[in-house]
Amino acid sequence: MTEGVPVAAGERPEAASAPPPVALAGVSKRFAATQALADVSLDLLPGEIHGLVGENGAGKSTIVKLLAGIYQPDSGSVVLDGKPVLLHGPAHARSLGIAVVHQEPRLFPDLTVAENVFIGHSPSGRFGALDWREMRRAADEIFASLSVHLDSSAVVRGLSMADQQLIEIAKALSVEARVLVLDEPTASLSAHEVERLFDIVRQTRDRGVAVLFVSHRLEEVFELCDRATVLRDGRHIVTAPTAQLTAADLVRHMVGRSVSLFPRTAAKIGDVLLDVRNLTRLGAFRDISFSVRAGEIVGLAGLVGAGRTEVARVLFGLDRADAGQVLLDGKRVSFKSPSAALGAGIAYVPEDRHLDGLVSGFSIAENVTLPILPRLFPRLFTRRSRERSLAAGYSERLRIRSTGVDELVEALSGGNQQKVVIAKWLATNPRVLILDEPTRGVDIGAKVEVHRIISDLAAAGLGIILISSELPEVLAMSDRIIVLHEGVMSAEIPRAEASEERVMFAATGQFAEGPSSGE
Amino acid sequence: MASNVAGRRSARSRAGALIGGFARSRELTLLAVLLVLAALVAIEAPNFLSSNNVVSVTSLAAIIAIAAVGEALVILTKNIDLSVESTMGLVAFVVAVLLKQQNVPMPVAWALGIGLGMALGMVNGIIITVFRVPSIVATLGTLSIFRGLTYLVANGHEINANDLPAGYTNAASQTFFDIPLFVILAVAVVAVAGLALRYTVFGRQLYAVGSNAEAAATIGIRSRTTVFLAFALGGMLAGVAGVLWGIQFGQLYASSASGQSLAIIAAVVVGGVSIAGGSGTVMGAAIGALFLGLIANALNVLLLPQEWLQMIYGAVILFAVSTDAIIQRRTQLAKARSRIR
Amino acid sequence: MTNEQPAAARPQDTTPVSAEASVVTAGRSGNPISWVRRLLSAAARWETLLLAILAVVVYEGMQISPYFLQLDFWNSPNFGASVSGTMEVAIMALAMTPIIITGDIDLSVESMVGLSGAVLGVLWVAGLPLVVVIPIVLGVGVLGGLFNGLMVTRLGLPALVVTLGTLALYRGLANAVLGTSYVSNFPSELTTFGFGYVPGTAVPWTLLAFLILAVVFTAVMHLTWLGRQVFAVGKNKDAARYSGVRVASLRTALFAVSGLVAAFAGIVLASRYNSVRADNGTGLTLTVVLIVVLGGVDINGGKGTIPGVILAVFTLAALQSALRLAGVSSEYQNVAIGLLLIFSVITPQIARQFRVLVDRVRSGRHRPVRDPVPGEVVR
Repeated sequence: MTEGVPVAAGERPEAASAPPPVALAGVSKRFAATQALADVSLDLLPGEIHGLVGENGAGKSTIVKLLAGIYQPDSGSVVLDGKPVLLHGPAHARSLGIAVVHQEPRLFPDLTVAENVFIGHSPSGRFGALDWREMRRAADEIFASLSVHLDSSAVVRGLSMADQQLIEIAKALSVEARVLVLDEPTASLSAHEVERLFDIVRQTRDRGVAVLFVSHRLEEVFELCDRATVLRDGRHIVTAPTAQLTAADLVRHMVGRSVSLFPRTAAKIGDVLLDVRNLTRLGAFRDISFSVRAGEIVGLAGLVGAGRTEVARVLFGLDRADAGQVLLDGKRVSFKSPSAALGAGIAYVPEDRHLDGLVSGFSIAENVTLPILPRLFPRLFTRRSRERSLAAGYSERLRIRSTGVDELVEALSGGNQQKVVIAKWLATNPRVLILDEPTRGVDIGAKVEVHRIISDLAAAGLGIILISSELPEVLAMSDRIIVLHEGVMSAEIPRAEASEERVMFAATGQFAEGPSSGE
Repeated sequence: MASNVAGRRSARSRAGALIGGFARSRELTLLAVLLVLAALVAIEAPNFLSSNNVVSVTSLAAIIAIAAVGEALVILTKNIDLSVESTMGLVAFVVAVLLKQQNVPMPVAWALGIGLGMALGMVNGIIITVFRVPSIVATLGTLSIFRGLTYLVANGHEINANDLPAGYTNAASQTFFDIPLFVILAVAVVAVAGLALRYTVFGRQLYAVGSNAEAAATIGIRSRTTVFLAFALGGMLAGVAGVLWGIQFGQLYASSASGQSLAIIAAVVVGGVSIAGGSGTVMGAAIGALFLGLIANALNVLLLPQEWLQMIYGAVILFAVSTDAIIQRRTQLAKARSRIR
Repeated sequence: MTNEQPAAARPQDTTPVSAEASVVTAGRSGNPISWVRRLLSAAARWETLLLAILAVVVYEGMQISPYFLQLDFWNSPNFGASVSGTMEVAIMALAMTPIIITGDIDLSVESMVGLSGAVLGVLWVAGLPLVVVIPIVLGVGVLGGLFNGLMVTRLGLPALVVTLGTLALYRGLANAVLGTSYVSNFPSELTTFGFGYVPGTAVPWTLLAFLILAVVFTAVMHLTWLGRQVFAVGKNKDAARYSGVRVASLRTALFAVSGLVAAFAGIVLASRYNSVRADNGTGLTLTVVLIVVLGGVDINGGKGTIPGVILAVFTLAALQSALRLAGVSSEYQNVAIGLLLIFSVITPQIARQFRVLVDRVRSGRHRPVRDPVPGEVVR
């Protein structure tokens, strides 16, 4: 440990004297069709907070997982104190002093908060028995230092994402780490919690720990980090002290990526199809009002956890609303199940295509026809030829690359899988199509095609709700953008007035505007 | 001042946790229901409290409780052992054969029986962790394999109390300070297992694996080893239960202890151990065993038809798990609602 | 900057798209190679292996006794008698298959056999005619199954616990209905069904009933969209729900069917024994699950075929008959059945791991494979 070295905050330490505690040396990592990382090098220095920024899919998470020992690089290596090491797994990485706070909490729902913080290195007392009192005390201490009020003897099951995220952070702080990696730790925290977290991270840094802070919120990077690295398409673009960078520089480096957006073709805007009025679901969102017209694409923007998917789930009959109304063609509807929503002409392309979108083990054709089986075969018996020709039609229309419609969906690339999901919902002949992160994890070529498809569908008169975390995508595709912040609508911005800054401001709740500004 | 506030807050929450914990703790609720039930039965049928009856009820319940503790270890890891009754039957019979035909000294025979139970548990463990057979299938198979082995050993014979050393079954009725020997044994097993589960790293790993196997892997817990050990220990305790079964009944058939798996698993489930893994205590499992034993005996002393027993067992299992599910749903809803911004 | 970006990127991205379009059309038309591949993959199927095992057992059976294949369905330990002796189990296995494919299990079927028999006996003794009694008995089966299904889907409880509870509950109800007594002397209509032949043939009525049900289950599971939905639920419940499949109703319905079929199996058993006791059917669940798993159905759900299960019925019957002819007593046959159960799960498991290994070596592609964790078992 380099704990003896006093380092002034914000000042870059002299790196020449000793090798950095952790570095990445020319690492590359490939997943099937996607080159997640290509020859990336990165030094993490003691007493420094290093920001890692980049758009979704730039390779940030892959770097985190390499450091956490979850992935091993295809080439290049993780270097500890100048020596290349092979991290066998998360436990190994942790034992070498690399503490990682993952974006998605991995906790034990049946165990208490305190035990979750200390599991793997619980304090023990007499006869090597676990010291529960000490465990609770130490956990309470960490939470107190974070100014967080969490009952450390409660079980984790049922706690909110934000609380679980705080437990993950406490877990990382509970070990004497020499490297602390934080992967989007602020995604589901309140402003106050974020401030506390930043204080803690600064204190940790001042004790000589090297911190890697991954975020897509630029203002946080400037507030917290000493140096920043920008990744784009898995490549290292620039590393520089934040003092020498401006927000504009960072954005330029980030968006310089070869993201290609299919230009929106103008569609004829028709009548109102879907009208959402004061929709509320307790604990998820409240007072959401907007409408979707035929031929219109309405973007639903907001940070992760703002309640976008939750709104979509209610519209699709997966969850029930507590208050408010949904009108379809002027008639009030309330769906008790997805099958009811489908019957009424609403389709939902879910966020996670592996979990919710596709049935792996089924062919393309079987997946495409799944939602319409009763309609397609009213006499109960299925006919392969009918099914295959229908799927083949969509396959051609959406340009699905495969060896044929009998190919199993798990054999397809991410982009083509996504197209199968879209084909599946198009087959239901919907009037309103909700797309939740339709281009997440698909390669660039496929992304353009998905955009083209969305644009064509709007032109064909569908009403489309597009949920996306990628600002350029929302901006380029939407006729109107609804921005959610912590479950409340913070802005409704027409296409002509939309800019990344405006949406981002509304999404982070820095100022609210629009029809139903609650706060 | 801040620490003062925090201190007051934690004191209040501790008191609240105590009250809430009592209402929510399955062990205490069950114990209360059990005592009320026992009191009612005692009023209705005074011979319920006769020392003979008390010893026989609690001794049998103690045997089931020991097996239930073993089963709880397995269920905590999100697995299940349906073969426990066959393990008990085989162990009981083999111990009797050792005593009758080989003249093995009693303690040695008992130790061998317990070892056999452990070995059978390891067989289950190997099938499940090495060959990755789902535990329900594996133990459904060994349920009949172990029973078949018992028939093989029995070879058409049964063993009577006369075949065993004189006074062999006396231990079953022995008491210390009015407490039956088997009950003392069961309390010891529950204490050791309960403390080990709460205060050792291995104990917590059992919970961790059952609660979230993927997260357990990321902190370096070897799920397969943990599951294997749970089966080995579960088998060992089934072995202990088998030895005691032989002492309790003295008369052994190849079909001894048939049908006990249901009672044992029922005890575990009624005792509040989640079949989905990761939550519950061995204390609960043991109280569950006592509770079911009490019901069986109550039918007996109240001269109610024994045929009702299975129906009551079934109803109790379903009642316990469905109230659990409803309570859990309510609390989760409440937690979610409290989050309204 | 957002205005410039798409324009710059557009030409380079639209070109590959049109190139792919041609690939698509080339790949879709049926080509001869796929037929060969399909034939080969059929040969590597579990069902083919089962057929081979069946052939070996029948051959061995004939070596043991020349009467093995004699066309006599009763009175001797030959293959035919063994088949007709497993009919109630075989019928229940048909209904258990879709339940296991959706990822559930129904342990209570053996108790439903006892309960339906008890109800049958009591109502018959009370003097009701069979045309009234049998629908009531079947109705009891549906109700019992519905109860299982609703407990599982409405309360979100694991099927394993619920049906473990009703395994005891339904047996207890049978006890309560019939006590320790037994009913026999059923009318000839029933006993004829139990051990008579279809007139003019050598086919027992019970075998005919099984074959009809087998055809119905095969058709529904493999030729209709209902079956497709069952597989979809088994492979991915969430995706099925998002696709508008009424997952809860479907699962509940399958339990109801299982209850109905178990009640029918109870009638079959009663008619074959010409007597009912409250403990009719005890221990049959093991054999039912064995047949389903032996038939190649994945106990974790999602995979399996009805023809495989039908083959497993005959394989098991042949094995039992061969063992009996070889003088192995029924207690040891249980050992053989238990071993068979475990091996029929281990073998495909090992084959799967082998296939994953081969795939990985052959493609050299690094696909993140999630390691199955022991413990993903209880549902």
